[in-house]
Amino acid sequence: MTHVLASLDPAYWQSTAIKLLVAAILVPTTALILGIVFLFKVMSWMQSRKGPQEAGPRGLLQLLADGAKFVQKEDLIPDRADRFVFKAAPLVVLMSTLLLYAILPASQHLVIADLDVGIFFALAVSSLSVIGVLMAGWGSANKYSLMGGLRAGGQLIAYELPMVLAVVGVVIQAGTLNMNGIVEAQANGSIFGFSALGNPFILTQFVGFFIFLAAVQAELTQPPFDMPVAESELVGGYQVEYSGFRFLTFFLAEFATAFAFAGIAATLFLGGWWVPFINTNSDSYWLIGPIALFTKIMIVSFIIFWVRFTYPRFREDQLQAFAWKWLIPISLVNILITAVLKVAF
Amino acid sequence: MPDFPGKGLFKGLGVTFGEMVKTLKPDSMGGGPVTVDYPHVKEAPTPRARGVIALHEENCTACMLCSRECPDWCIYIEAHKYLAPPRREGGKPRQKNALDRFDIDFSLCMYCGICVEVCPFEALFWSPEYEYSESHISQLLHDKSRLGEWMETVPAFEAYEAGAEQKVKKVPS
Repeated sequence: MTHVLASLDPAYWQSTAIKLLVAAILVPTTALILGIVFLFKVMSWMQSRKGPQEAGPRGLLQLLADGAKFVQKEDLIPDRADRFVFKAAPLVVLMSTLLLYAILPASQHLVIADLDVGIFFALAVSSLSVIGVLMAGWGSANKYSLMGGLRAGGQLIAYELPMVLAVVGVVIQAGTLNMNGIVEAQANGSIFGFSALGNPFILTQFVGFFIFLAAVQAELTQPPFDMPVAESELVGGYQVEYSGFRFLTFFLAEFATAFAFAGIAATLFLGGWWVPFINTNSDSYWLIGPIALFTKIMIVSFIIFWVRFTYPRFREDQLQAFAWKWLIPISLVNILITAVLKVAF
Repeated sequence: MPDFPGKGLFKGLGVTFGEMVKTLKPDSMGGGPVTVDYPHVKEAPTPRARGVIALHEENCTACMLCSRECPDWCIYIEAHKYLAPPRREGGKPRQKNALDRFDIDFSLCMYCGICVEVCPFEALFWSPEYEYSESHISQLLHDKSRLGEWMETVPAFEAYEAGAEQKVKKVPS
């Protein structure tokens, strides 16, 4: 299979067009999957109800119907809004999401951009969404939006740190920033000389895994970290003035980002596209790689959304204290211990 | 299970997960959601549920008490007087009120039940009927014939619980 594909050898513009097309299809699809499976179904089950039932089989098309509804809505822009900034903000947020998908490997070769600085790039572009959120908050000319935007800014910057620091532990252990390299390191690792199952970094970096998930939760501004969009006090935070398709863009970006972050967590801590007992150079990864990655992403997403549906909202000061007084010191200690052990063994 | 910091967090996760498992279990194993598929399956409301107000027209004397007590003035009554035959031979004909109009605007009604309570002649009743939505707000103004239809859904009088305040019947039946 590799030979067949290698003999195709598409031109640069051709491969770029294919990659763009794949990303354009992938991002809304994954957001839809997460929205339907978790937001509609799993959340309903956890609240002892069935969820949507009428649209499509078992109500599975409900989110598509909602999407169609959003597209029909009037595109409202406040009179005193900064029109350019207001219109650009959802696109900036969506762009940060799209860029996250670029480095996510679904197998050795199924990756849009196999960057040497893979995970570093992911963390860098994920923080672009802060700018979009601040633009939305400022451009709306609404005090609730501004409050929400500033809260989101403070929160996203505060939780960027533990996220980066949690990743550093993995990077130290793998010895590379490349996403495929990290997967290889886990596949070829061994636990006390027992190498059949490899060494998924969740075993050694479980502290990092929990810190990463907590930080992801905060980056997504999901409950329990949803102070920026707290509807009971800020109406909808930076999303207040957005309607129709622009709101849909924010919604899409949130769930697509959740999928991308779950993918990064799955790659860093659960071995990504790698399946135990199958050599990483095997051709079968063209098929089972994406399936394995998708399965692992759904597991991680389940944890993310499970937490979302369970806990009540943090208070603003508790939220900041949790990042600065708990997550960051713990992740620093984690890095220290990882580095010492890395040198010792 | 020994105590450790953050135990409550895991307990919370356990509650939501347990609820999910319970919802997904088939009915035969005591699972299933607490909700029902509303338009297909209906729950029976409790007998004294405050669904809609029904009118027993024969008892109404158009005394206007309900209309005047109504906090949002949603009851409209019009009546005319007529002479009824005397009760005893050779007596004077009695003057009575006949209802021309008795409308309740359910777009205004807030279901406080004061009208039912103040009615001295047992003409107004609570009915557990709840499916009377309309596609336009003006169609929620229901007249006496519609209110009369709901009398059929009014449950039979149930004995009060021990110690409950007894309602004294004001008209001999």
